[in-house]
Amino acid sequence: MNSKNPVVRTVTLILFWLVVAVVLFYVLFPFYWAIKTSLTSSARLSAEALQWFPSVASFQNFVDVFITAPFGRNLLNSVVVATGTVLLSLLLSVLAAYALGKFRFQGKTILMYLILAVSVFPQIAVLSGLYTMIQTFGLYNSWGGLILSYMIFTLPFTVWTLTAFVREIPTELEEAAYVDGASPLQTLFQVLLPVMTPALVTTGLLAFINAWNEFLFALTFTTDAAAATVPPAIANFTGASQYESPFGLTMAASVIVTVPLILLVLIFQRNIVSGLTAGAVKG
Amino acid sequence: MTTPLPSRPTATPARTGRGLQANRTRVALLLLVPMLVVLAAVAGYPLLRTIYLSFTEYNILTDPAPKWIGLGNYWFTTEDGVGLGVLQIPEWWQSVWNTVKFTVGSVLLETVLGLAFALIINSKIRGRGLLRTAILVPWAIPTVVSAQMWNWMYNDSFGIISDWGRRLGFLEAGQSFLSNPDTALAALVAVDVWKTTPFMALLLLAGLQTIPGDMYEAADVDGASPWTQFWRLTLPLLTPALLVALIFRTLDALRVFDMPFIVKGNAPETITMSIYARQELILNSQFGFGSAISVLIFLIIMVFTAIYVTSLRVKFD
Repeated sequence: MNSKNPVVRTVTLILFWLVVAVVLFYVLFPFYWAIKTSLTSSARLSAEALQWFPSVASFQNFVDVFITAPFGRNLLNSVVVATGTVLLSLLLSVLAAYALGKFRFQGKTILMYLILAVSVFPQIAVLSGLYTMIQTFGLYNSWGGLILSYMIFTLPFTVWTLTAFVREIPTELEEAAYVDGASPLQTLFQVLLPVMTPALVTTGLLAFINAWNEFLFALTFTTDAAAATVPPAIANFTGASQYESPFGLTMAASVIVTVPLILLVLIFQRNIVSGLTAGAVKG
Repeated sequence: MTTPLPSRPTATPARTGRGLQANRTRVALLLLVPMLVVLAAVAGYPLLRTIYLSFTEYNILTDPAPKWIGLGNYWFTTEDGVGLGVLQIPEWWQSVWNTVKFTVGSVLLETVLGLAFALIINSKIRGRGLLRTAILVPWAIPTVVSAQMWNWMYNDSFGIISDWGRRLGFLEAGQSFLSNPDTALAALVAVDVWKTTPFMALLLLAGLQTIPGDMYEAADVDGASPWTQFWRLTLPLLTPALLVALIFRTLDALRVFDMPFIVKGNAPETITMSIYARQELILNSQFGFGSAISVLIFLIIMVFTAIYVTSLRVKFD
């Protein structure tokens, strides 16, 4: 781009913008196609499947998804499970991150290795063990069973990221509280927690997205369509009759769960990018 | 234990200092207990239980209790010479081979494409903010949703990609890239690449932004072409970030379950290790045999993680 020849410059610039346009089309087109399909009524879908725009925008699929399927219930399950997962793992990891970030004790490195190891546990490796556990405690088809099992992937992540954050908080803050005679818990909740708010938001948001999207446990630990969260529900959509393609409904459900996520991600863009990269690049 | 505390302005005598340290260790342990209890319950115990079950014969629907059979689930040859252990079963090796092909294909393409995206966003061209925002869209879309979106685009009669395939002469009427066993895995790689390239691009972008700008100015002064600058300057300095991103993605791809399962179910041409394990565990109720598969997957992942931790010398302090 630093050539002095104006022709070369212009050509390079045009080529560059062409590449940008291709990239934009590539990343956005599949979602556009889902929106387009969701707005095509099931009666017209087979005729208009390949059209680039729906001839009539219909919201029938968005209504049907709540009538022909327990999708409202699935949404509620997902909201409760994801929120519960985030709150529980943030609470546990704030305590742990304070200990790991600000205290010196033997075995800390081993503990960090252990947490890192759990964070790469393949979910399938604990599936049979968790299954028998959930069976024993009668947690089948329950919010509690899912929240508990989701700890395996949210907890290592939240502990890890919050520890990295707590370590960076100046020790003077903690020392001042100590001199004032505050107990460790008071120090944590009244002095450190307010400083940690940005990290809590980012970490919580990423944990929420992971819990919201989880599929394997949700599929395995819920057998009842009304107990399912959104991902297994979307994976298992069937048409109102066997002759009706479920794709209109599936796309409507997909759009409903994706739009809030995209908005969240766009609003918290900066936090997410830094949150994703903080843990990874520093190692 | 003997690590001296940093000297405090309140000048604590040495002896109480040691008592203070012991006290702080106690507090730290108390703070860690809730997290450790939960992790032991949801990760430690189930893992040990899976390992134990892998040494037993246990159909969860018909058997009252697991029956110890040692390594029988891993390797067992009947008197007629039929191999029944996981390691002797072609279906397992098929799933391993599929997973390896999927991993290599998707991680390679994601790295190259992600690097290209990162370089574009990192250039000082107008509109890069828009581009950065746009590439977050595939990342924000739940895997289940992206699987269904592509499933629809690949649909044999109504899918737009099948339509393009027909127009370009790759497909005949009523065919799709997914239904053809020869192209199905590649079609799945394409979905994964679309979904995860943004993550790769963001990690690499963060790496690019740590390279000081004056290095490029110096290279300009020396008359290095953009091509030379990329190979001699950008790539070497980006290597650490590139390695981390590569390993993260490899671990993810080796564990892959959701997307191939939603699009192709248990079809042999695309079955991955995790899908095969779940098929034996949940669909066939073979908790002993299925657990053995799970343990093998666990071992593979742990070997990769060990390589990661040692090769990158991850530090915690």
